[in-house]
Amino acid sequence: MAVYKLNINGKKLQVDVDPTTPMLWVLRDHLDLTGTKYGCGIAQCGACTIHLDGNAMRSCQLPVSAVGDQSITTIEGLSENGDHPVQKAWLEHDVPQCGYCQAGQIMSAAALLQNNASPSDADIDTAMNGNICRCGTYTRIKAAIKTAANG
Amino acid sequence: MTLIKTSYNRRSFLKTSALAGGGLMIGFNWLTSCQAAAEEEVLQMPDEWFDINAYLKIGDNGVVTILSPNPEFGQNVKTSMPMIIAEELDVDWKNVIVEQANFNAERYTATNQFSGGSAGIRRGWEGLRMAGATARQMLCEAAAAAWEVPVGEITTAAGMLHHEASGKSAGYGEMASAAAQIPVPKEVELKDNKDFKIIGTSRKNVDGKKIVTGQPMFGVDKKKEGMLIAMIAHPPAFGMQLKSADTDAAKGMPGIRDVFTIKTLQDDYERAGFDTNAFPEMIAIVGNSTWEVMNAKKALKAEWEPFSEHSMVVNGWGGKQEVTIPAGLESTTSHREEMAKLAEQPAKVSRKDGDPETAFKNAAQVIERTYTAPFLAHNCMEPMNFFAHVQGDKVELAGPIQGPGVIEQTVSARLDIPVENIEIELTRMGGGFGRRAYGHYIVEAALISQKVNAPVKLMYTREDDMTFGIYRPSYSATYRAALDENGNLTAFHVKGGGVPESPVFANRFPAGAIDNYLAEEWSIDSNITIGAFRAPRSNFIAGAEQSFLDEVAEAAGRDPIEFRLELLERAKNDPVGERNDYDAARYAGVLELVREKSNWGQEQPNVYRGVSAYFCHATYVAHVLDLVMENGKPRVENVCCAIDCGIVVNPDAAANMAEGAITDGVGNAFFGAMTFKDGAPEKKNFDTYRMIRMSEAPRNIDVHFVPSDVDPTGMGEPPFPPIFGAVANAMYKATDKRSYHQPFLGDQEVLG
Repeated sequence: MAVYKLNINGKKLQVDVDPTTPMLWVLRDHLDLTGTKYGCGIAQCGACTIHLDGNAMRSCQLPVSAVGDQSITTIEGLSENGDHPVQKAWLEHDVPQCGYCQAGQIMSAAALLQNNASPSDADIDTAMNGNICRCGTYTRIKAAIKTAANG
Repeated sequence: MTLIKTSYNRRSFLKTSALAGGGLMIGFNWLTSCQAAAEEEVLQMPDEWFDINAYLKIGDNGVVTILSPNPEFGQNVKTSMPMIIAEELDVDWKNVIVEQANFNAERYTATNQFSGGSAGIRRGWEGLRMAGATARQMLCEAAAAAWEVPVGEITTAAGMLHHEASGKSAGYGEMASAAAQIPVPKEVELKDNKDFKIIGTSRKNVDGKKIVTGQPMFGVDKKKEGMLIAMIAHPPAFGMQLKSADTDAAKGMPGIRDVFTIKTLQDDYERAGFDTNAFPEMIAIVGNSTWEVMNAKKALKAEWEPFSEHSMVVNGWGGKQEVTIPAGLESTTSHREEMAKLAEQPAKVSRKDGDPETAFKNAAQVIERTYTAPFLAHNCMEPMNFFAHVQGDKVELAGPIQGPGVIEQTVSARLDIPVENIEIELTRMGGGFGRRAYGHYIVEAALISQKVNAPVKLMYTREDDMTFGIYRPSYSATYRAALDENGNLTAFHVKGGGVPESPVFANRFPAGAIDNYLAEEWSIDSNITIGAFRAPRSNFIAGAEQSFLDEVAEAAGRDPIEFRLELLERAKNDPVGERNDYDAARYAGVLELVREKSNWGQEQPNVYRGVSAYFCHATYVAHVLDLVMENGKPRVENVCCAIDCGIVVNPDAAANMAEGAITDGVGNAFFGAMTFKDGAPEKKNFDTYRMIRMSEAPRNIDVHFVPSDVDPTGMGEPPFPPIFGAVANAMYKATDKRSYHQPFLGDQEVLG
């Protein structure tokens, strides 16, 4: 076990965990930030996507010991009142069905728009290909990303 | 207006004894409820709530809480069921708060709180309307008494009561306390469809805001003071069982509380239909945190051994049966060989019309084709999990389950605790697709909690989830069609089977449309467990049948839509046989609508079209799918979809369902497959099990509903089965080659 001081959603938080613990489980089990979801544990589904210094990252493959002083943003910290343009666009298009993958989808989409304000269809395909939606809401996700980009 | 007796559902309307002495104040927890309006404005909470019936309570300020009975797994019941109640209550949707009801078999009889079979809205339609209408009637009676006017002169609109002659008006909140004292009316009036203000209008997902902000709402998010994390290890292959477990190494790992074996079903237990479980004996690992338990699981040493043939009593849909479970370690290659062999042999006749043998003998042309599909895993994004806290003879359960009423019986029998002492909280489910009708994981969680005497959250890893079984079966269907010299279809023969069940619906189209018809079925026993998967059996047979009809239409020199419509015309005007299970006019209706909306017949360069239609779960669906080839690979450019599901309760949400089913179908048609070697599933996670992703999804989907006054039917399953045929038929146009064996593009390439 070791103590880690983490910068999460603009707050300094401390955990005492095994150094190999993936950030996914640090967030979910130790910090009660359960918006970040477990889907596969091998960085293949994107449900656990967070931002590490602004870039989309699969938290299931990110050991807590590798985080250092990089800042982490989770779905809970993406915006103060759930009013990030991507979140608003998601509501406007009523994207979710079951909703389980959507935090990861939103985090990937927000990171995409941060780096590319008006992504093409091909850009969206590439950036979002790592996020599985088992309900198949991809057409709405794409439409919502375009709305957020234009908003 | 329709008068309806309230008696059959009266238990939902019996008031709790606490009400007898006056209005009951109900505790209210903002965190577990959702504001229907989902927009920025926040509702003012009332000081007092009045419990009107099981489905709703009204606040003294007119705010209404509606309890949604059915478990939500993305099919939108948590929004659309309350919409139905709110409609008959005649309240403004903006003043509605929705809460998920816990499981309560006695109170929620309108739907039995079972989510599956696309039956929720269909089954609940009358009862849910009655819940709203009864409350409205009680409010009217309360107002009539207060104003001393005849109740028949009271009208309602948007949560207000009016008496025109006296000019008196009051909000529902003002009359709620008095209404709660009114005896439940013996009969109530339901609205005419033309007066609907909420039903038929698109309303946003009531959980939308919570989903996009990552609020805890799923089973995996459940927490309780002192809660431990549990995982299981089940046999690595079907046909195997636990021989011995060496738990010492795992027990010594950091954070581990206990490691032990559990047996979820006793050998002599008479299983219900949803008690499917290939691995009733397994190892449980319990510890402080998920990562520690995962690591201990890796350190576990266990010996597994092949089991012998054995039998069990299953009291399922077909009545009580003794089922034999064969021994052996099965493989996909041997399944394929066996299936090919049985497809050649005569099988059990399930329907015969006319004289198919003679018709085939006299045919000018006979077309015969065989279609196959592999097993599929459900792969819900939220792996199986459940919270359990067993304290003495009290059981507290919470998590994702489609059929809480079914598994409660199993938990009760296994723990020998009466159902009255078992509470089940229904959490939002991260997908279901049929998989969560099988609640073995709840029994496991309860047994583990009982053993460690602590609240426990059982978590399946993705690998546990994907390799546990309860798959969509592997199927095969061989079709033969006889055409005369004029291209008329004179005989039709379907012979289908699978591991371990047949996919054939003998009385479904084109049965009834052809004079000479034969349906035969076969099956191969297996120890690999299967379960309902989005439109069971239909999810294969629709694609096979619709691909075959396409090929027959081509051989007959006919347009594929026109060919189907001619068959349906025959079924409508002069049906063959009496057991046909579809309405030919409604079936034709969706084909006609999709023909119009897709501009069928107007070819576009380099766009390849396929059509397909199907009827299941009381709903009719037709698709026209446009395919383009990009770098030698097919890509779905557009899907035009026509649906007849009667009244559409929440149109945009229903369209979302159809879009998802279409995308799911395209993905499984192209890539979906679970394969086995020596009993072991060959795919354990998404690096090898290929799922459809953004770059492969249809670029656009247009959903059109047939305007209808017919009571609503289901949407979760029906748009899924026919998409396989539309993909296959468009692929043929694009490549000149017919696709007979799913997955059409192979299951190998994985894009992580």
